[in-house]
Amino acid sequence: MTLLNVQDLHVTYHAHGQKPVEAVRGVSFSVDAGESLGIVGESGCGKSSLAKTVIGLQPPSAGSLRFKGQELSRMAPAAFRDYRRVVQMVFQDAVGSLNPRMTVRQTLEEVLHVHRMVPANRVAARVRELLDRVGLPETVLDAYPREISGGQCQRISFARCLALEPQLIIADEPVSALDVSVQARILNLVRTLQKELHLAVILISHDLAVVRNICDRVAVMYAGQFVESGPAADVLDAPKHAYTRELLAAVPDVGRALRERAQRPTSQLLTPSS
Amino acid sequence: MYVPLLQVRDLAVTFRQEGMETTPVRSVSLTVHAGDRVAVVGESGCGKSLTALALTRLAPTDRARLSGEVLFEGADTLTLDNRALARVRGHGIAYVFQDPSASLNPVMRVCDQIAESLPNLSRADRLAAAIDLLRKTGLPDPARAARAFPCELSGGQQQRVMLAMALAARPKLLVADEPTTALDVTTQRQVLDLIDTLADAHDMAVLLITHNLGLVAGRMERVYVMYAGEIVESGAVADVLAHPRHPYTRGLLAAVPLLDAPRDTPLQDIPGTVPSPDAWPAGCAFAPRCAEAAPRCHTDPPPETLSDERMFRCWPKQQTGQESETRTRAAREDARPPSTFPDREP
Repeated sequence: MTLLNVQDLHVTYHAHGQKPVEAVRGVSFSVDAGESLGIVGESGCGKSSLAKTVIGLQPPSAGSLRFKGQELSRMAPAAFRDYRRVVQMVFQDAVGSLNPRMTVRQTLEEVLHVHRMVPANRVAARVRELLDRVGLPETVLDAYPREISGGQCQRISFARCLALEPQLIIADEPVSALDVSVQARILNLVRTLQKELHLAVILISHDLAVVRNICDRVAVMYAGQFVESGPAADVLDAPKHAYTRELLAAVPDVGRALRERAQRPTSQLLTPSS
Repeated sequence: MYVPLLQVRDLAVTFRQEGMETTPVRSVSLTVHAGDRVAVVGESGCGKSLTALALTRLAPTDRARLSGEVLFEGADTLTLDNRALARVRGHGIAYVFQDPSASLNPVMRVCDQIAESLPNLSRADRLAAAIDLLRKTGLPDPARAARAFPCELSGGQQQRVMLAMALAARPKLLVADEPTTALDVTTQRQVLDLIDTLADAHDMAVLLITHNLGLVAGRMERVYVMYAGEIVESGAVADVLAHPRHPYTRGLLAAVPLLDAPRDTPLQDIPGTVPSPDAWPAGCAFAPRCAEAAPRCHTDPPPETLSDERMFRCWPKQQTGQESETRTRAAREDARPPSTFPDREP
């Protein structure tokens, strides 16, 4: 079932006294329920503008954005409120996207209250369920974001999304600020959530290896447009567009680097023992 | 007699606060030769950055006590007087840090900031020199960039400015602490290519501090793996990453998503987190997170195994009773048989 359908989307920013900036120039794609789409490209290519538009934080300047067949711009307020609930976003800066003055418990309770997700007597139990879902111990409940690690904050961000029982999560560079071991854990979490809750995920990243690990399909974005898209394996194994090839070549991949190293003659480094 | 450019022996950094002593860097020994490319890898909280800062006593010395030796061209920077140390900073060892926007002064034009490291020139000459340095870093319009404020430049451009500043005094060693973590892959590649080119051109050694093993595999010659304030494994990059001996190195490698791995390959994470410096575990610091840990790992500090240019700090497997051969996916690609364990005294 097609969850999200985007047709010829344009996003233009108008700054006073300057010529308008077209951040997204005619992007079309669709996401099925339970599917994962990776959007890759370098900073400034319009990935985040696209995400903001999909989530309804930035109105498109042209084009159509349909969720389950319903045009976003013509949704009734109640339907739009519901859209805001079922489409959630996780940001890159995990610590920064949590309120520093609220404990983990307050952060999670707040969303449950605002959207009236569960009756008041079920809130505490639901918070514990959510923590369990993202693999955090209950001991973090009374901690403030600064008291827990970046990886734990990112889990809280995911828990906060899951509190609203979303159908689509947009994750904007969710792991690029994290250590490799923590990154592995968050990526595994995303994969598990996606499988177990049948979530659709749009993963925005500049790391093609991350996208490769998680996504069914990949779209490569450059200067506001998709220059190449398709099944992840096809795009990444046999890139057609020069820009995709350039992005691939820029990934510092351990396996590839070691193979290349084995092929070139060993460097003669001057050491005292030699 | 040959003197390596930088020789660190048993460097330790101890903080004393409110009667409590913590030692975030416990014992670091490393060597950088002239023109060498050396990496220090490990997770956040392992003491990598503090080690880098301690090399020129940049660690907060009112609270931190540094011990051990940091021999830069034979002179111990930990005991040098301030005047001599000031020569080492900038002229000997220069730094580039992770977040260029936080390292640059936001209310000073780029050219003035670079000029600060060029004190012996007239104002006009300094501007020219600053533009010249910026040109070397490959900025498209150096004259314009020189007059810009940091906020007018992109992250990659700002990092180039940081490099221009670092190069101003022609250092012999560039310490790059996560220089590209804040940048995306294409910019990252450009900045690292630039560091490579400049290092070659100026015969400058590079000490790269990173948690990105891909960068280490592709660009560096030797690597030191750091965990909980200690070096746990070191050696030539090809050797260490293709045949990691320490479970921590293997863990780091297995956590990295690979481009050619099939989709949905679960990544192996390292359970738990780096312990806090006020509670380093007894025995091997990695034991609580190590899948191969035996009882003795939790009680006795592991011995250092040295062979040729290779070092690792782990109890040999035959003595822990575990024979399982855990090899990383990267290592599996490689058909070379693992080199033999050096014999150990019982």
